[in-house]
Amino acid sequence: MKLTLRVWRQKNADADGTMSTYEVDGISPDMSFLEMLDTLNEELILKGEDPVAFDHDCREGICGACSLVINGDAHGPERTTTCQLHMRSFRDGDTIDIEPWRAAAFPVIKDLVVDRSAFDRIIQAGGYITAPTGSAPEAHATPVPKPDADLAFEHAECIGCGACVAACPNGAAMLFTSAKVNHLNVLPQGAPERETRVLDMVAQMDEEGFGGCTLAGECATACPKGIPLMSITSMNKEWLRATRKVKR
Amino acid sequence: MARTMWDSSVGKKTVMAVSGVIMLLYLVAHVIGNLKIFFGPEEFNHYGHWLRTVGEPFMHYEWTLWLVRIVLLVAVVAHAVSAYQLSRRDIKARPSKYVHKKPRASYATRTMRWGGIILGLFIVWHVLDLTTGHVHPGGFQEGHPYENVVDTFSTWYGNVIYIVAMLAVGLHVRHGFWSAAQTLGVGSRTRDRALKTIANVLALLLTAGFIAVPVGVMTGVVS
Repeated sequence: MKLTLRVWRQKNADADGTMSTYEVDGISPDMSFLEMLDTLNEELILKGEDPVAFDHDCREGICGACSLVINGDAHGPERTTTCQLHMRSFRDGDTIDIEPWRAAAFPVIKDLVVDRSAFDRIIQAGGYITAPTGSAPEAHATPVPKPDADLAFEHAECIGCGACVAACPNGAAMLFTSAKVNHLNVLPQGAPERETRVLDMVAQMDEEGFGGCTLAGECATACPKGIPLMSITSMNKEWLRATRKVKR
Repeated sequence: MARTMWDSSVGKKTVMAVSGVIMLLYLVAHVIGNLKIFFGPEEFNHYGHWLRTVGEPFMHYEWTLWLVRIVLLVAVVAHAVSAYQLSRRDIKARPSKYVHKKPRASYATRTMRWGGIILGLFIVWHVLDLTTGHVHPGGFQEGHPYENVVDTFSTWYGNVIYIVAMLAVGLHVRHGFWSAAQTLGVGSRTRDRALKTIANVLALLLTAGFIAVPVGVMTGVVS
């Protein structure tokens, strides 16, 4: 396959960026999107040019490190992560636009790499449980009803990649935050911090400069892990419940 | 609690949802009232007079009406202020646009902000036209809403402004009603289809019901 790539190039956080055009040849349809970029970078390095910086780690769709807005879609045209997207989703001769996540809370560090540490601070605000340390507790000591376990697991699938923020017209982190809140709030282990968790995580989300939810639904469409839009509804419910219960 | 509400983006959205639902309930009452115009001037003008005497003798003349007006004014202001502040926040959160643009979300969702501004301006014109009579075409007659309505819809611009605004109402309600349910946490997977259907039916009935009046005047059914 021969492709034309238009890639966002930006030297550093302060520099102005621009879309640069590159031609790549000899791309196999079996390559992953990141392998295609590796091919481009090998050529750039041989030519003595600066390779395109992009985030990646596990390359098996479970770590949440890879990003990229491909032809206007976070993680590209398939409902998966960029590392699990294969070149067979494109056609020979295609022109592909590759851009970084765009949000005020995700500043570009270089080229396609953005700073997602705002997510870490949201987690620090309440995405944990008061776990007893020491040896592992007896598994049956805390019974969890099956539907609750399933619901928690559905939300626990969130890998924190930030595609929801990238896809949202308001740069909102509602789907990410709601996935984390619901994951822990439905479980008995998460009950002690049920109210403070949702209040603190939403407050941190606002603090980081993410936008608000207008229920456009773009986040849930982009999410490679299929976190449902209803997750936000559940978080709103939890938030309203917590404001009634907690006196601050 | 009020502080937590107003300072949070989630809380402010709750203010929008609640004020929106209040206005929506009013619109339902309003459209039912409007349709009485098809039963002649006597019934319509009598209905207009009754609105001022609701609650008597417990309430004084026009007290209930003013109570409703105050609640609505508070709802409009709360809705607009929170919409403005949330929109400012949203726009700031996404400073640079994507080079590769794609049509996003439904038409109703994308037009919420402009639609809201159009509706705000419409309300000002609507009140000055048919409540106070300041911009009313022809002689405004206090206590004769039937004749006043016919005056307004006998002008081309009256029809245009009104019909455009009512289409905006439909679109606004279509996304707004369902959104309010999500914001207030009453939406769920099992209820989603029902909520979307109610939103669409409400939007359609409100728009059709309101537009029926200018169409009635234009076609001579109401004159």
